[in-house]
Amino acid sequence: MFNIKHWSLAQREAAAGYFFITPWLIGFTLLTLGPMITSLYFSFTDYNIIDPPVWVGLQNYTRLFNDDLFWQSLRVTLYFAVLALPSSLVLGFVLAILLNQDVPAVKIWRTIFFLPSVLSGVAVTLLWLMLFNPELGVVNKLLEEIGIKGPGWLSDPNWAVPSLVIMSLWGVGQNMIVYLAGLQGVPPDLYDAARVDGAGTLQKFRYVTLPMMTPVLFYNLVLGLIGTFSYFTQVYVATGGAGGPARSTLFYNLYLYQNAFRYNDMGYASAMAWVLFVVVLSLTALVFRSSSLWVYYEGELRGRG
Amino acid sequence: MATTTSQMRMPPANVRSLRLGVRGYSLTIKAVTTLILAAGAAFIIIPLLYMLSISLRDRSQVRQGSLDLIPMRHVEVSIDGREQPLYRVTVDGTVREMALVRRAPGGMGLFVDPAAPAQTYELVLREQSPVRVIAIHPENYPEALTVVPFGRYFFNTLLVTFVGMIGMLFSCSLVAYGFSRFRARWLNVLFLVLLSTIMLPRQVTLLPVYVLYQNIGWVDTLLPLIVPQFFANAYDVFLLRQFFMTIPLELDDAAKLDGASPLQTLLYVIIPMARPALVTVAVFHFLYAWNDFYEPLIFLHSRENWTMAVGLQTFNALYAVNTHLIMAASVVMIIPPIILFFLSQRIFMQGVVITRMAEK
Repeated sequence: MFNIKHWSLAQREAAAGYFFITPWLIGFTLLTLGPMITSLYFSFTDYNIIDPPVWVGLQNYTRLFNDDLFWQSLRVTLYFAVLALPSSLVLGFVLAILLNQDVPAVKIWRTIFFLPSVLSGVAVTLLWLMLFNPELGVVNKLLEEIGIKGPGWLSDPNWAVPSLVIMSLWGVGQNMIVYLAGLQGVPPDLYDAARVDGAGTLQKFRYVTLPMMTPVLFYNLVLGLIGTFSYFTQVYVATGGAGGPARSTLFYNLYLYQNAFRYNDMGYASAMAWVLFVVVLSLTALVFRSSSLWVYYEGELRGRG
Repeated sequence: MATTTSQMRMPPANVRSLRLGVRGYSLTIKAVTTLILAAGAAFIIIPLLYMLSISLRDRSQVRQGSLDLIPMRHVEVSIDGREQPLYRVTVDGTVREMALVRRAPGGMGLFVDPAAPAQTYELVLREQSPVRVIAIHPENYPEALTVVPFGRYFFNTLLVTFVGMIGMLFSCSLVAYGFSRFRARWLNVLFLVLLSTIMLPRQVTLLPVYVLYQNIGWVDTLLPLIVPQFFANAYDVFLLRQFFMTIPLELDDAAKLDGASPLQTLLYVIIPMARPALVTVAVFHFLYAWNDFYEPLIFLHSRENWTMAVGLQTFNALYAVNTHLIMAASVVMIIPPIILFFLSQRIFMQGVVITRMAEK
């Protein structure tokens, strides 16, 4: 069996396959699977990195449910998601539709809109901190020119999250490119067929473009939702890691970071990580399940035809 | 079917005449579209221009908070040993240059002629315009880069980015080859496992991984940012595998007939063919590693090990009043990605690979 000369061709092929994926197998075991099990274990312990973990059962989880800051972090994250996801979906989609038209200098527009996506989150946040400065910032100076007294933006608890949403919309070009690729993948035959059937521009959009694009829109929505729970760099830089003012920007991932690396409460932070995992899994499942109601896949057409 | 479609593309004569009216309509649409795009582009570009503008001002110019994109400075003159701002004022119908010595109630200002400072004029401040000249301060850049050890941060970032890139290209090519060219009972299952790890939030594995690095003495070194790249990641494996699948199997067979081992086939057949895909994942890895803040923040504690992202954030936390220096350092940090972006635009516009960035 272990003498390679006696191996069949199929066995040799399999061995070669496993050999080539070895780097990933090692990485998966040491950096994904092992840590997943360990973090599940940590979540049932009191662990401060220095002393060995002490088993406390479900205590971390019950503590979570009574922790006002935990609920605050969930609220902040969902508030951001509710503001940012629909607006970036609509804005990105509209831009993609405009750029899919026969307009002059399409390449230049595309380049400009995508540019923010390649820039460092830290540098971009510092830029917006400067623009949003209540006294000296460009935003409020411009508002002053047209006679509006601008808010305190990131220093105002009511405006801090909307400020971060505006900042995130600056990077909407990233969504736009995905939608644009989707639009360009719509077979022209379908538009021709629609025209033959007497469809106008709006009808073509409603009955061809929109159904063909829903999988792409949907996929981006799921990714965006998961992304919101990992939102970190911008809020860390904007608030110095504090989530202020008045904890109005205490995002889920920031609070998790604070528990793990400021308070060295690894057990509690692991419980937060697992709650996050369950939330992300169920959100994904929920959206996937509901998707059959409104997402149109090309395969269905073939099935029906 | 195809022929019917192409016949249908030619509209009947009566429809064709209608089209002429449509032409003016579509021109309007085109103009409106271009206007909207231009407004959007201004929203992207103007902040970047201000970043550059502020990076070239000195502290007093920053404090003036002027909206000019080109850095300007109020001209000041010495009146009784004190520097006072110079204004272009209108007195009795003639325009003269005078210094503002004091603000008075009711929006008034007391002005004096620098040549004859004995006589003061009380004028409505709002109606006079300050005398300003262009004042650009490129010396902010060397100052920003030396007040904290940005050279060191730059070197660390380069090291993490490029050594990590080599590791990623090496490991992901091997793994993608394994998943695209061989049949074995568990390979399909393992590939699904690999794909499912894309959905796994980073936080679920991060804390035990941190403890692991702590125990082997890697925390506060660059190793946690570099070494994992040598063990492949789901995104790049997936992208490379998809590309490898499009390379005809006949090429592998030909290599095999020539006596090539699977490893040789990968090196001499697959890799050269897959160059566009490899360049794509390399470019995206560069951007990811260059800009990443989360992991460097967690793993690097002492200043000499920081990458630019962490160094820049700390710079802001410590020297928040020096907005001009912070902007100068930020400009330096975004220049390499911008250059790379313009050099490899085609890659970014493919759209398919972009989703990878959204995740990371």
